[in-house]
Amino acid sequence: MILHALTFYLFAAIAVAAGFMVISSRNPVHSVLYLILAFFTSAALFVLMAAEFLAMIMLIVYIGAVAVLFLFVVMMLDINFVELRKGFLQYLPIGALIGVILAIELIFIVGTWTFGGDTTLVAATAQPMVIEGGNTEAIGRVLYTDYVYAFQAAGIILLVAMIGAIVLTHRSRPGVKKQNITEQVHRSPTEAVELRDIPPGQGI
Amino acid sequence: MEIGLSHYLTVAALLFTLGVFGIFLNRKNVIIILMAVELMLLAVNINLVAFSVFLQDISGQIFAMFVLTVAAGEAAIGLAILVIYFRNRGSIAVEDISQLKG
Repeated sequence: MILHALTFYLFAAIAVAAGFMVISSRNPVHSVLYLILAFFTSAALFVLMAAEFLAMIMLIVYIGAVAVLFLFVVMMLDINFVELRKGFLQYLPIGALIGVILAIELIFIVGTWTFGGDTTLVAATAQPMVIEGGNTEAIGRVLYTDYVYAFQAAGIILLVAMIGAIVLTHRSRPGVKKQNITEQVHRSPTEAVELRDIPPGQGI
Repeated sequence: MEIGLSHYLTVAALLFTLGVFGIFLNRKNVIIILMAVELMLLAVNINLVAFSVFLQDISGQIFAMFVLTVAAGEAAIGLAILVIYFRNRGSIAVEDISQLKG
């Protein structure tokens, strides 16, 4: 149990520190790398909560796709980041004020929710759940039955996002040779082959 | 020393606050703002999974998966918009983004 607690505090501290570095580091590439660290430690927290399937999905989707996409965009665009850092300290006081207020409110909510009067039922059952057959099987049982329409809708969202990203970033440049299938199909032998009569001893 | 629901909720609250703080702090850089939004969505996911595990209801994890889907789509579209915006203007300063209204 003490090992569990120590692991939790280690990963929680790393996650919060990485989150802080994401927003405060000078170089956006470092920000992306700290974002990857935050995702990774959060996946570890999911494993601690016995939600293994979501932890692995976090690794694949967030780190493997989203964070690498961020990394590509940050590295490929030639952006003057020093220019964008101007006025960084200007918004620090108001941002810190709102952040501290928000954090205190959220932690108060957590505190009262735990120690409030009418939560005896919840407190009695507040143990990590143990499922026979594993976390993945339990998710699969529910996802493809009760939530099948939401699952399909998620697929449509991803399709729309994919088509949208392709349409937005696609540009047709002049001077690039492309295959035109209609043109190829409509070629006829009369225009494709030309017979010439070459007199002997002369060229064309 | 029992690690309970409130511990996870506190971590998620701190991460969410850091996300909000990041939007205030980096008001000119769209990339960092998008990353801060991802951080907030991560905090929401931690909340969903923690409640799902400690209230013995698997549907919280299903919803965390849907949040993940939407986050991936949002990142893809946002970065695509960012790329064409940079291609047109040569910078990604947030102040001029209202020109996207056309």
